[in-house]
Amino acid sequence: MIAPMSVSLLVNGEPVDAFVLPRLNLADFLRENLKLTGTHVGCEHGVCGACTVRISGEIVRSCLTLAVQTQGASVETIEGLSDSGEIADLQAAFRERNALQCGYCTPGMLMTAQDLLKQSPTPDREAIREHLSGNYCRCTGYQAIIDAVEATAKARAGRSS
Amino acid sequence: MTPTRPAADGLSVLDRPNSYIGKTVPRPNLDRLLQGRGQYVSDLELPRMAHVVFLRSPYAHARIAAIDADGARRMPGVIAVVTGRELEAVITPWVGVLAHLKGLKSAPQSAIAIDRVCWQGEAIAAVVATSRAIAEDAMEQIAVDYEELEAVTDMRTALDPTTPVIHGSLGDNLAFERTHNAGDVDRAFFESDTVVEAEFVFGRHTGVTLEPRAVVADWNAAEARLTIYQGTQAPHMVQNIAALHLGLKEAQVRVVCKDVGGSFGIKVHIYADEMATYALSKLLRRPVKFVADRVESFNTDIHARDHRCKGRIAVKRDGTITAFEIDDLTGIGPYSMYPRTSAIEANQVVNLVGGPYVTQNYRARTRVVFQNKNVMCQYRAVGHPIACSVTEGLVDLAAAKIGMDPAEIRRRNLIADDAYPCASPSGMRFERLSHHASLAKLLQMMNYDALRAEQAASRVRNIHRGIGVASFIEVTNPSAAFYGVGGAKISSQDGVAVRLDAQGSVICQTSITEQGQGSESLTAQIVGSVLGVSMERVRVILGDTDNTPYGGGTWASRGAGIGGEAALQAAKVLRGNILDVAAAILQSKPAELDIVSDSIVNTSDGAQRIELSELARIVYFRPDTLPPGIQPELMATRHFVPRQYPFAFTNGVQASWLEVDTQTGFVKLLKHWVVEDCGTIINPQLVDEQIRGGVVQGLGAALFEKCIYDERGQLTNANMADYLVPMSGEMPDIEIGHVVTPTLETELGAKGAGEAGTAGAAAAVANAVNDALRPFGAIITEIPLTPQVILTALGRI
Repeated sequence: MIAPMSVSLLVNGEPVDAFVLPRLNLADFLRENLKLTGTHVGCEHGVCGACTVRISGEIVRSCLTLAVQTQGASVETIEGLSDSGEIADLQAAFRERNALQCGYCTPGMLMTAQDLLKQSPTPDREAIREHLSGNYCRCTGYQAIIDAVEATAKARAGRSS
Repeated sequence: MTPTRPAADGLSVLDRPNSYIGKTVPRPNLDRLLQGRGQYVSDLELPRMAHVVFLRSPYAHARIAAIDADGARRMPGVIAVVTGRELEAVITPWVGVLAHLKGLKSAPQSAIAIDRVCWQGEAIAAVVATSRAIAEDAMEQIAVDYEELEAVTDMRTALDPTTPVIHGSLGDNLAFERTHNAGDVDRAFFESDTVVEAEFVFGRHTGVTLEPRAVVADWNAAEARLTIYQGTQAPHMVQNIAALHLGLKEAQVRVVCKDVGGSFGIKVHIYADEMATYALSKLLRRPVKFVADRVESFNTDIHARDHRCKGRIAVKRDGTITAFEIDDLTGIGPYSMYPRTSAIEANQVVNLVGGPYVTQNYRARTRVVFQNKNVMCQYRAVGHPIACSVTEGLVDLAAAKIGMDPAEIRRRNLIADDAYPCASPSGMRFERLSHHASLAKLLQMMNYDALRAEQAASRVRNIHRGIGVASFIEVTNPSAAFYGVGGAKISSQDGVAVRLDAQGSVICQTSITEQGQGSESLTAQIVGSVLGVSMERVRVILGDTDNTPYGGGTWASRGAGIGGEAALQAAKVLRGNILDVAAAILQSKPAELDIVSDSIVNTSDGAQRIELSELARIVYFRPDTLPPGIQPELMATRHFVPRQYPFAFTNGVQASWLEVDTQTGFVKLLKHWVVEDCGTIINPQLVDEQIRGGVVQGLGAALFEKCIYDERGQLTNANMADYLVPMSGEMPDIEIGHVVTPTLETELGAKGAGEAGTAGAAAAVANAVNDALRPFGAIITEIPLTPQVILTALGRI
């Protein structure tokens, strides 16, 4: 086994310095080392999207990213996006529309939805379905999630016009 | 919503001012999940906690000649490597049978296999280490000497004399057989104008909960007490089983269940690896955590639905259905699952086929066989998708044969809405259903005639669209008839305790559990409505055997109907107690007072008299100021179990509108409709979302999901890239309507709604695909309807 390596990064705006095994993936690093358990692990092979986080503004699967790859990067998790208020309206829309049941996919789903809303201010339902199609939800059947994202997009568009 | 019964005279306890019943209100505490602050078992860490991973058999059937774990044991960080033989000292084996399933047999199963493995994925050793990664590293150092045995994989040949018997002591591979014969089936077939028959094939699929099964077991040797943190639907069942097999009293076992990342029936069972984790904690005297990885989930979470069912239907020229007959076969893996058994799904198929229809002529046989594959057991809508697909598939085939519209043949045969109470030929008793009102509503919602016109217009342009309709019945609110009568210690009653705290807030402890359905919300809505207290003041505690009344939990569409009624009755008692105290304080009479918006008010003029917080202050801190002889009781507990009907049957109907690409075999779902009658609706949004989620699970089964085994019993697609689940891109919008026929067995009137979507979705899709392919003369009675299946039926490959 290769010896631990040092890694320095920002996590939700806070500097983090750690020694980690090179094989440690980012999801495990966040959950086990930093106790940021809002990032969930569903499949551990990059399919389900539950572990989606943002690295320097781009959404990634933290189960397919090694912790050491985040050297010098800024990592944002659901805890960070919640505390900054960045997605408060999206979260409120999810709550109003019951766009979550067990809630296990929800952090990743919110990350991906926010990514779409930043890229495309007025996506139609098909575009929302397409953008979220890498995030698995077993509970809702997706329609409520699509509704909540659509409602948030419209509300944001209304505010900015 | 279309009520089928007039409301009783006067306001019921649920029709009070500011009632939350029938209102869409957001579920309490969703922010916790939205902000990533949930408490799933996967997230839990305890002091001195160790991690266990299981070495699992790569063979479907093999003798374990030797296990060499010396190298693994010497690795730094490894705490123990434990084999089945060693764990046997701590935990006893079990046999998954129930007395009311006559003839059901199974073999003793151990927490970790001893001497022999019976499916690919069965655990043969546990590695416990200070981290999961170290445990996995150590696992790779264990050398096992296997002698591969012949695997029984094909259910169709499992009973052949030349097929090896998996458990010699059982004599054969037949786990369970049931036959049923009602009416005069032979005569009905003889006198019919047309007989249609087909074999329906259902893919073996599984639940794929996004959070895998997870458990932390914490044996505290000093307290002689085991605390089990587990994502389970039935905490008291887990408590009972863990105590039984570890040689403990139930009082020595506490089961705690916080947030659960999806269940759907997957987490209503007790798995061998979970039992092993409890036992390891006791053996090693420290907390032990097990979280299945995704490959383990595919190989060990229960599978379901692997059935082949031959069906026949007899009809008259006028569309009258005169008989149904089925011969069903299913393979359940090497053991009947514990403690609910693996015969229930087949039993349900026999119970439910033909259920929506008038005919009383019905003959059925089901056989349940052992095989060397992962275990099968109850998963959302147990048996219903099979019964519904067979019944509705046959009805559509019959309609096509006699040239009748699929909606019309249903109109002519569904049990009339005024024919209740009545019973099905399999003996299922129906209190009151609404098939015709539901069908009429569905056809109106989907604009059936216009859709047929659109279908015809599309055909001209070589676009092949289809409409599929499926009526269904659903078992909900099960009484003791489900498990209790068979000897299982699985409670069919639930309890709720409600108390007013010292600031006038309400704390409510319930034995039903929450996995996202909205158990917490419906409990708070009912309690808040009955008490006259705002929902924000109601806190619901669930999922803890130390801190809730005893009860069954949340499964079989029972939470709202049974747990909800217990909540209603407990809140009524507390309300009476509060009004008694209020009358004493206010020198009034209880009948002249009411509770509205957190205050005691006059019933006569609605004038506010005293806030609940003030009443509570007096009761708890200044009881000296109360009149003599008053002993306030600001806590009440009530339990409920259905006694009049074994099950509160619900009904509904679904329709699918889709397009088949006859070149590629791909199916595009365009729209889906459901009309459901679940009785009193507590929270319309939650009911609709339960139905939508259930439909999509059924759509997964219809189009994508299948555990593909090879002839040696190897699961070849045990990952999420190869086992396809429904994703947002392929799913349609789903429109939902309701007919409301409350059950009169409870004051609440609620029946279950959680499984209705799954019950009929695949049948509607299969009928729609066949409808689309009708010009090609292709008939498909197999799911999932993959492009390969469709192109094969079209003769293109």
